[in-house]
Amino acid sequence: MLIQHVFIINRAGSLIYDWDGKVDSTGVEKTFSYPLDIVLDIIDQKVTVVFGERDGIGLRYTVSAINGIPVQACKVIFGGVEKMVLDVIQEEASYPLSIRFQAPTITTNEKIILSSTFHSLYTIAAQLSPALKSSGIEVLTTNHFKLYCYQSTTGVKFVVVGSLSLSSGVDGLLRRIYELYADFALKNPFYSIDMPIRCQRFDDAIRCLIERQDKFSMLTI
Amino acid sequence: MSKQTKFPMGIDSKKISGELFTLTYGALVAELLRDLESPLAVNRQLDKMGYNIGLRLADDLLAKNSQIQRCTDMHQVADVLAKVALRSYLGVTAQVSNWNARNDEFSLVLESNPLAEFVEVPPELAQDLRYSQILCGAIRGALEMMHMEVQTFILQEHSQSVEIRVKFIRILEESVPPGDD
Repeated sequence: MLIQHVFIINRAGSLIYDWDGKVDSTGVEKTFSYPLDIVLDIIDQKVTVVFGERDGIGLRYTVSAINGIPVQACKVIFGGVEKMVLDVIQEEASYPLSIRFQAPTITTNEKIILSSTFHSLYTIAAQLSPALKSSGIEVLTTNHFKLYCYQSTTGVKFVVVGSLSLSSGVDGLLRRIYELYADFALKNPFYSIDMPIRCQRFDDAIRCLIERQDKFSMLTI
Repeated sequence: MSKQTKFPMGIDSKKISGELFTLTYGALVAELLRDLESPLAVNRQLDKMGYNIGLRLADDLLAKNSQIQRCTDMHQVADVLAKVALRSYLGVTAQVSNWNARNDEFSLVLESNPLAEFVEVPPELAQDLRYSQILCGAIRGALEMMHMEVQTFILQEHSQSVEIRVKFIRILEESVPPGDD
């Protein structure tokens, strides 16, 4: 998919809506012998690859299962006993081990934190501008994705994260998302302004809009 | 209103019968007059309802009229209100007049008030009731979303026309989004 994420950030910098493109995050499973040649460490309560990228197992991948048994927050049932994953991996008697690695995903809390961070970055960009009356960040480009942001006059930010090949029609897409926000969120009598948007019709409309954008790669309003 | 036969892929402005809107509003006012103890309380409630409507209407107007930029002058505000906003939602345009010397106060004159069509206000209420007060609240709420504090009130209201006074108070500096100040 061209579009990977859509975020709506309210005037205070809080995330009120997010949409994810379907990332086929199939894990990678391999059988290992002692000693393990991948360096693992605990980061944010997950057993994470910090070195030793190979065979489709990348940095920041996390251990999701050992011998087919799911890992729960750095612990796994091994030999009938709950053990720390790192302890199991360091024990020679445990091998051979079948370990499944999962590509990193963003949790809801991380999205909330990242949205607040972007809100601050947007403000800083406007304040640091060498020219007068500059807007905040409108396009942010990396080697893997582009982030587009449209801030309405009322202060609501609409953010689209897309692939590098997504380059045309994004302005129209952002404005269309703004229209859907006005029509499905604000006109919902049960919706409180600046609160998270939980509206099935809004979800459906966003999904249809993005599918249409993917198909035609150009939105004509 | 008829049910949508198709999922709205492209959302455009939807039109409804002006009479339906007028009658609904009339029923609302009649209900408030029965529920509340005085016309002054009805005025306050209509203003509050209008304010809540205006908060949401601002984004709707901006989303569908991309040519509206942030206004930097009350004359721009007056033009947008009179020529774009009122036309979009009520189907009428207003005259802007009676500017004061400081250019921060003006009147919106609706010669044909769509809310007041077919409406007769009983003589005992005519003195205190502001039938179209919801418009004042809506304007105040919408402009607040645009980071302006204004005071709005009905100066004159006759059977078909209404004059709404809009007075600029201050810019809400604390809520102006970054990049727009």
